[in-house]
Amino acid sequence: MPAALVGVGVRRHPTRRNGSATPYTGVPRVRVAVEAPSEEEQEQLVARVRLLEGFVGRTEVNDCTQYALQWLGEVMGLAQSLALVRPAGEQVLYASAHYGFRTSSASSFTVSLEDWGNPLLSAFSNRKQIFFPAPHSQADRRRRPSTPFEDAPFHVVPLGAPLAEEALGMLLVGGQDPLGPELHWFTAIFSQKLDQILRMQGLVEVDRKQGRERSLLHSIINAVSDPILLTDTEGRLLIANQRALMLFTASEEESEGRRGAVRMNNMLLSSALSSKAIEETGATRRELLLVNPVDGSDLVFELLSTITEDPRQGSGVVSILRNVTDLRRASEEIEENYRKMRIAEAQARAESDRLNLIIDSVADPIVVTDASGATSLMNEPAERLFTIPYEASAIEQRWVQANDAHFSSFIAGMLVSADQRRVGEIGLVDPKTGEAMPVEAIAGKILSEHGELTAVVTILHDQREAIEKATLYEQLKQASDELERKIQAATADIAQQNELLRRQAIELEQASALKSQFLANMSHEFRTPLNAMLGYTSMMLQGVAGPMPASAKRQLGRIESNGRHLLTIINEILDISRIEAGRMPLQVSRFKVPELLSEVRAELEPIILRSKLTVNLQIDKDVPPLTTDRQKVKQILLNLLSNALKFTHHGGITIAARRGRDRNVHLSVTDTGIGIAPADHEKIFEDFRQLDNSPTRAYGGTGLGLSICRRLAQMLDGRLTLQSQQGRGSTFTLVLPFKGRK
Amino acid sequence: MTAKGSRPRVLIVDDYPDAREMYSEYLQFSGFDVVEATNGMEALQRAVDASPDIILMDLSLPVMDGWEATRRLKADKRTAGIPVVALTGHALAGISEGARMAGCDAFVTKPCLPEDLVKEIRRVLDETSSSRKGRRSGKYAKNSIH
Repeated sequence: MPAALVGVGVRRHPTRRNGSATPYTGVPRVRVAVEAPSEEEQEQLVARVRLLEGFVGRTEVNDCTQYALQWLGEVMGLAQSLALVRPAGEQVLYASAHYGFRTSSASSFTVSLEDWGNPLLSAFSNRKQIFFPAPHSQADRRRRPSTPFEDAPFHVVPLGAPLAEEALGMLLVGGQDPLGPELHWFTAIFSQKLDQILRMQGLVEVDRKQGRERSLLHSIINAVSDPILLTDTEGRLLIANQRALMLFTASEEESEGRRGAVRMNNMLLSSALSSKAIEETGATRRELLLVNPVDGSDLVFELLSTITEDPRQGSGVVSILRNVTDLRRASEEIEENYRKMRIAEAQARAESDRLNLIIDSVADPIVVTDASGATSLMNEPAERLFTIPYEASAIEQRWVQANDAHFSSFIAGMLVSADQRRVGEIGLVDPKTGEAMPVEAIAGKILSEHGELTAVVTILHDQREAIEKATLYEQLKQASDELERKIQAATADIAQQNELLRRQAIELEQASALKSQFLANMSHEFRTPLNAMLGYTSMMLQGVAGPMPASAKRQLGRIESNGRHLLTIINEILDISRIEAGRMPLQVSRFKVPELLSEVRAELEPIILRSKLTVNLQIDKDVPPLTTDRQKVKQILLNLLSNALKFTHHGGITIAARRGRDRNVHLSVTDTGIGIAPADHEKIFEDFRQLDNSPTRAYGGTGLGLSICRRLAQMLDGRLTLQSQQGRGSTFTLVLPFKGRK
Repeated sequence: MTAKGSRPRVLIVDDYPDAREMYSEYLQFSGFDVVEATNGMEALQRAVDASPDIILMDLSLPVMDGWEATRRLKADKRTAGIPVVALTGHALAGISEGARMAGCDAFVTKPCLPEDLVKEIRRVLDETSSSRKGRRSGKYAKNSIH
């Protein structure tokens, strides 16, 4: 604090003004003071104390020097001064402070210790005072060193501890006068202070440097991923990097598991590091198994220990642990892979054996050829083709050789081509029969991983069977096509015929409908005149027109019976046409059989009486009531009975009703009449059929009766059957379903 | 039987003169009063004019057929109560059904002997008189010669 210093100085020492007015007067005064302590001597003492006080607490070279020069100027009246200091270890002196110079050159003034010719340096290295007077000539000027003093005279005073080998620096003081004892005191005190400061600075520097080196060392060993540690001979940890600390130290707060792992690691390490162990193994590399305190896994380390002899610290052991867990794992993996490879090899061998078996079991010849075209493998069927059998005849040998030649040329073609696969046909010969044997050859190249051709596999397929099959197939196809054509033709024919039939059926149906309609109309037309004829005949017979002679009545009777017969014919024709036209309605009711049969007999009673035949009713008790069209059943039975009466001359007629084994109801009319020949059993049911077809036939009737009866029976879901022997009589049976018409 | 005396009156409708006259002669012989008509239209007129007790109606008629005539008779209050016996030479199924639908009370197929026709007329008249106040049963009989 120069300003404060100045202030203090001014206040305490008012005489300083005198001093500054006569700069060098202080020296004689000091000398005077020695001789006799006076006020001046006291003043000098105060000034000295002031310097010493100023030095206390100043630890900076520049600060201290500046203060010292200021003191010189103010107390000793030295107007211009300059201090040069050599920093520790450097080869240059620099201006640590200057006083009284206006130019900035003073602050940047330096002297190199390597500038041997510089006269200033002799003061420094020889440690003696030198005075440089003002130059008188140009030569003088050249001999003088270049300083901020320029041509002004100045003194050079070395600074340094009395016992030290080298000077600390130099004090350059302007002035002509020789230097007094007060300056020497100053120089001694200043040198001491400077020495103290520099020494202190040097110590601090060394300390800092050591600290830096230590932390550098620490960061180096921490940067090493392998645990590094220094232990004493007892195995106690002295220095360890982070990795090692992690393995071997644990604080109280850590988990019990981690601390246990650390304790175990320390034990393992101690035993590994025991001097005995080191000596015994000799080798410095050993394997050390430790526990990972973080997760408890096993860690395998390679322990590298070196014994260090340190005279101050005593001997210790530096250990480097290299984590070889992964290495170990890798080596285990390699072993495992090797084992697997061996298994795979065995499998491949088994596969190869199996492949051979498969190849041998294939019925088609298989040949494996190497890259040079030489056969390396073939199955049995291939051997039969390409190898000459034992005791082969000359011709057989030739056949095999021919096969081999053909095959070789195929393979050669395959080898030179770029095709991966090739399908071709080879004309081989059956080595047993000499018969031509065209084969289809399918060849494929087998390449190594690097794309080199290693083999060609060829499968041969005998084409003979295929060719034969193809021929047979072709024949079959032709036959099939032929058949199909015929079927189509026949189908077309049938279709045509069907169409024809269909049309005919339609035409027939139309014709039939027309016929029915015609018959219906005709029946109406017949009925109208017949009605009048029968009506008037009846009226005449009743005598409406008056009494009649007997002969006329007989004749009228003939007219009437013929008219009735004509009416019967008309009715029967009408029935047939109704049935055919599907216009015969059914009126279903439930009725009892005995009553119906009595009714039928009663209706024909006049004819029965006239015929003198007996008509018996024979009705079983278990005959159930029928549910069907009563009128139609009656019509059938009337017809059957009137037929029976017509064709029976002797004996009797039985109308029977019974229940058949099929539970159907059988209504039969049995006569003892002329009977019907078996050949005619069906004919009688046809339309307009009477067995005697002559115009002069003995029996009247239209011949439509049985035809109508059979049709009516069918309408009722029943049937009409006949049992008859010529000359013995007939039995017509109407079979009706028990449950009635559906 | 009726207010017009002891002889019941029959209206015979038939375009075939021989049949019409034959029945007419026989009916008169049998004690009936007879009125004749030759077609349906005439029949409607006669039915109103003559107030017959029963009408014998041939179905196949010119001008207006028997079915239509019967429908009209049955629709007319003045004639609705007169029973109608249909008489036809058509024997095909459906004819009688059509006649019943038209309102005929009985159905007779030609040829029909005069005496049989008289029987049927008497039957219908008896039935009608016995159930005049009640509902006519409309029973059908098929009195034809077999």
